[in-house]
Amino acid sequence: MLLRIENLEVKYGNVQVLHGLNLAVKRGEIVTILGANGAGKSTTLMTISGLVKPFSGGIFLEDKPLHKLEAHQIVKLGLAQVPEGRRVFGTLSVHENLRLGAFTATDLALIQKNLDWVYEMFPILRKRRSQLAGTLSGGEQQMLAIGRGLMASPKILLLDEPSLGLAPILVKSIFATVREINKSGVTIVLVEQNARLALKLADRGYVLELGKIVLEDEAKALLTNQEVQNAYLGGAR
Amino acid sequence: MQLFLEQLTNGLAVGGIYALIALGYTMVYGVLKLINFAHGDLFTIGAFFGLTLLLSLGLTSHIGPVAGIIVLVLMVMGLVALIGALLERVAYRPLRTSPRLSAVVSALGASIFFQNAIMLIYGARFRVYPHDLLPTTTVSFLGVSIPVMRIVLFGASLVMMAGLYYFVQRTKTGTAIRAAAIDQGAAKLMGIDVNRVIMYVFLIGPALGGAAGVMVGMYYGQINFTMGWVYGLKAFTAAILGGIGNIPGAMLGGLLLGVIEAMGATYISLAWKDAISFMVLILILIFRPTGLLGERVADKV
Ligand SMILES: Nc1ncnc2c1ncn2[C@@H]1O[C@H](COP(=O)(O)OP(=O)(O)OP(=O)(O)O)[C@@H](O)[C@H]1O
Ligand SMILES: [Mg+2]
Repeated sequence: MLLRIENLEVKYGNVQVLHGLNLAVKRGEIVTILGANGAGKSTTLMTISGLVKPFSGGIFLEDKPLHKLEAHQIVKLGLAQVPEGRRVFGTLSVHENLRLGAFTATDLALIQKNLDWVYEMFPILRKRRSQLAGTLSGGEQQMLAIGRGLMASPKILLLDEPSLGLAPILVKSIFATVREINKSGVTIVLVEQNARLALKLADRGYVLELGKIVLEDEAKALLTNQEVQNAYLGGAR
Repeated sequence: MQLFLEQLTNGLAVGGIYALIALGYTMVYGVLKLINFAHGDLFTIGAFFGLTLLLSLGLTSHIGPVAGIIVLVLMVMGLVALIGALLERVAYRPLRTSPRLSAVVSALGASIFFQNAIMLIYGARFRVYPHDLLPTTTVSFLGVSIPVMRIVLFGASLVMMAGLYYFVQRTKTGTAIRAAAIDQGAAKLMGIDVNRVIMYVFLIGPALGGAAGVMVGMYYGQINFTMGWVYGLKAFTAAILGGIGNIPGAMLGGLLLGVIEAMGATYISLAWKDAISFMVLILILIFRPTGLLGERVADKV
């Protein structure tokens, strides 16, 4: 297992949001986490990344306990996140945003290689490299956020609702890019509202309800699962 | 015209000092959204350390006035930077997740602590920077005679500002500081150690403030344990004028405020010198609360 979450409990103040979550991701997989608004998907990702501290339970990346580390140390171990709402640095240029993605990297040749890769994947970013990130369109910002995540040369990339607020055609192209990133050897954890697309892309999926995993299976099986269809796919089609 | 030039250069020299102090307010506000009320006292500490070192080390006679002053200022910057970093550790970091008001109270407490400590150590009376240790020559420019010290101070503040600007805009650590000021969470996701960024800010801001303290001592010759209050308030005004959180804004705001004040004191009334700054502050807060260069700020003070 590349990433393993065991009995994770998270509280915000007195309010418990995750109730003993278990989840595992194999190297090379695309795993998707489905769930309604407020189910705790973003909380899960933020806890993995170390921005939220767990109340109890453990998170292990290649058996190293992430829950004992600070956020900035976790990036160095090869885990990056593209957060919900993109959160690009609006008053910094596209290029500066990408360079910050490689903040923990020291190998200049590798940084340049990743930069070339990102610019190749999203040519529009190369054109806009000196522009302030805050002036990009929503779709371009999402590309920048993904590119920025890749700059860290992660083994595993967490994506939180990359399709949020994008036109359907852009969503398709973002998903195609995610597949391409995965093919290049990056393991993916994908949180999505667009369950159908996510399940078509993913190898396996988890369904999160009120801070608990209620279902886990091959993505194909979840696509045809009656409960999943009713709750997340708008009924059978 | 002579009077105008005289006051312009004076205003720029004082404005450079305001700008250096304002940078400390603005950088701390940038990353923590906190007004470091003890910042003015760090400036005072700089002035007193400068005095002690000037009197005790005799640097200006050993290695000449220029090198002596440079070494002196660097030493003061280092010492005040350490105190700044310590202040952050002791007074602000433990309250990082507490309600904002706690940190504000802690800042006010730190300010009172510093003021009293300085008074206990150095006394409550004015202390004098010895003028015989400092250059007193003047140069003539367009028929106006300008003290060399004024030019040196203005030049020094420009050099420090340019250095800071380069650091913040061009270096990796500088970019990390800007990123943490925009979105701490996202900065952490990049692998930036935000605690370290905050420490850098509490080293740089106080270092510049401490340098400004020495400069005031050298320029006016007199220092006092309460001087940080007035200078702090003016530098804070300068930071707001430029747009708090905005580094070039603090530089512009400081220089502008220095010139406005010098002109006001000359052409309106000397007695109004301090009131003018506060009028400027009130006018900005009414008409342009984001400051001259600020974009999206001043809602969280
Ligand atoms: N910083 C916080 N402080 C307090 N409560 C929070 C905080 N962040 C999230 N919550 C609460 O935790 C629960 C889970 O939130 P979370 O953002 O993880 O959900 P989500 O599954 O990502 O939802 P969405 O699909 O809307 O993004 C929600 O009830 C939310 O209100
Ligand atoms: Mg979410």
